[in-house]
Amino acid sequence: MTEPLLSIRGVTAYYGAIAALKGVDVDVGEGEIVTLIGANGAGKSTLMMTIFGAPQARDGSIVYDGQDITRTPTHKIAQLKIAQSPEGRRIFPRMSVIENLKMGAAVTGYAHYEADLQRMFDIFPRLKERANQRGGTLSGGEQQMLAIARALMSRPRLLMLDEPSLGLAPLIAKQIFAVIAELNRTEGLTVFLVEQNAYHALKLAHRGYVMVNGQITLSGAGRELLEREEVRAAYLEGGR
Amino acid sequence: MEYFLQQLINGVTLGSIYGLIAIGYTMVYGIIGMINFAHGDVFMVGSFMALIVFLALLALGVTFMPLALLIVLILAMALTSLYGWTVERIAYRPLRGSFRLAPLISAIGMSIFLQNMVQVAQGARVKPLPPVITGGYQFGAADGFVVNVSNVQVIIVVTTIALMVAFSLIVSKTPLGRAQRACEQDRKMAALLGVDVDRTISLTFVMGAALASVAGLMYLLYYGVIDFYIGFVAGVKAFTAAVLGGIGSLPGAMLGGLLIGLIETFWSAYFTVEYKDVAAFSILAIVLIFLPSGLLGRPEVEKV
Repeated sequence: MTEPLLSIRGVTAYYGAIAALKGVDVDVGEGEIVTLIGANGAGKSTLMMTIFGAPQARDGSIVYDGQDITRTPTHKIAQLKIAQSPEGRRIFPRMSVIENLKMGAAVTGYAHYEADLQRMFDIFPRLKERANQRGGTLSGGEQQMLAIARALMSRPRLLMLDEPSLGLAPLIAKQIFAVIAELNRTEGLTVFLVEQNAYHALKLAHRGYVMVNGQITLSGAGRELLEREEVRAAYLEGGR
Repeated sequence: MEYFLQQLINGVTLGSIYGLIAIGYTMVYGIIGMINFAHGDVFMVGSFMALIVFLALLALGVTFMPLALLIVLILAMALTSLYGWTVERIAYRPLRGSFRLAPLISAIGMSIFLQNMVQVAQGARVKPLPPVITGGYQFGAADGFVVNVSNVQVIIVVTTIALMVAFSLIVSKTPLGRAQRACEQDRKMAALLGVDVDRTISLTFVMGAALASVAGLMYLLYYGVIDFYIGFVAGVKAFTAAVLGGIGSLPGAMLGGLLIGLIETFWSAYFTVEYKDVAAFSILAIVLIFLPSGLLGRPEVEKV
């Protein structure tokens, strides 16, 4: 592998006195789908937010596209073509679907807004039906689609998705995974995916990491990890 | 009937001034959830800015009123915005992330500071502006009672409507307005989408201060005298207006301002002028009993 697009080295993060990340190393190469799996409270979402500097890493370094972003303010990181669909989706509840998508396009200066909007409506036809509805009135699945679409509106090189399948009907979850795979294959979009639904995530991903208690305990090719006994135990029994 | 009309016109004028100030309270509350107690004093500073620029223009011999008014308006807005920005920068931003009451206390301190600063710099006496805009219109002289609409009142109401339309459009249509609403609804997500939250909050203070300075100019034109203490009462009234309309709601602030202005004026006209504030505040209390989030406010719902 050449220089990875995102390289995380020895990152620690704290909530008050509690260590949420205890020295994490993760690489995400250009054009890859990388997944991070682990139980509730393992620190997966914290890592996603730490990459965006909220909270900032206490030690270690985060390098994106050759640039150290460990101490970069959150909004500046968002301008580097990294987009995130965060934990809990965080749709703006009192903005319409269109306005939520416009917020996603803000970092591009609305340069390709019309075309991108059309593209999102092609990928997620449901959003078109709901275009003028308030974000807070959407169903969970629709909100998830909106969160991903909003992230894509910024034309990211690196798309970070935090539990895109959480709380969704299996069919819709499958649909969303299919969209991610498609974007990766056709456009070379790099994806960093956090999932509890380890089976689907590892099947989709090129490589995977397993996180337990704020540390990476295992890593390897997606399908290879899926075969491992520890992994099966870790995600079936919820880790230790 | 003519008497009623006259009071209506007076009430709308007063309500416009309250409404302009109330917008500053409501926008700041919307975006950072704090009551900016210094806002009334920013209004007072705005009226002094207007007075100073006006007197300077008169001394320079600018007597063509529409031009003079425009210059005063722009300069007063610019200078007072600078105050609004500075107040946020030095008194509130360092306390962001601190406990909830800290910026509130700091705001009260700022309020006292601004009052004293103006008192020291400008003196404690009332400052008059010579009546620069005179004349008006008269209607319904048939049965003896004349309804007067002064040019000042026309200017106040028209400017207020224009500014409110403009600011509503900014908030609802422009990227800046969207960023403001995004910060209001989910500050962290706004940052994840590349919104500079600190800058957006600063601009909100700037917008509030600009509107307050226009209110200050209107007050100066309407009453002709100002002093360093006018910010307190006007601030409390405008705050009441914002709460009455539903704090956090832009149309609510305008409606609340209008209502407080009307209630005060009608009460003074038909009952006793001494109790006009009691009337305004009683209406507020009654409305809040039945609509705790104000007339147009949205009820606090638990986030999911």
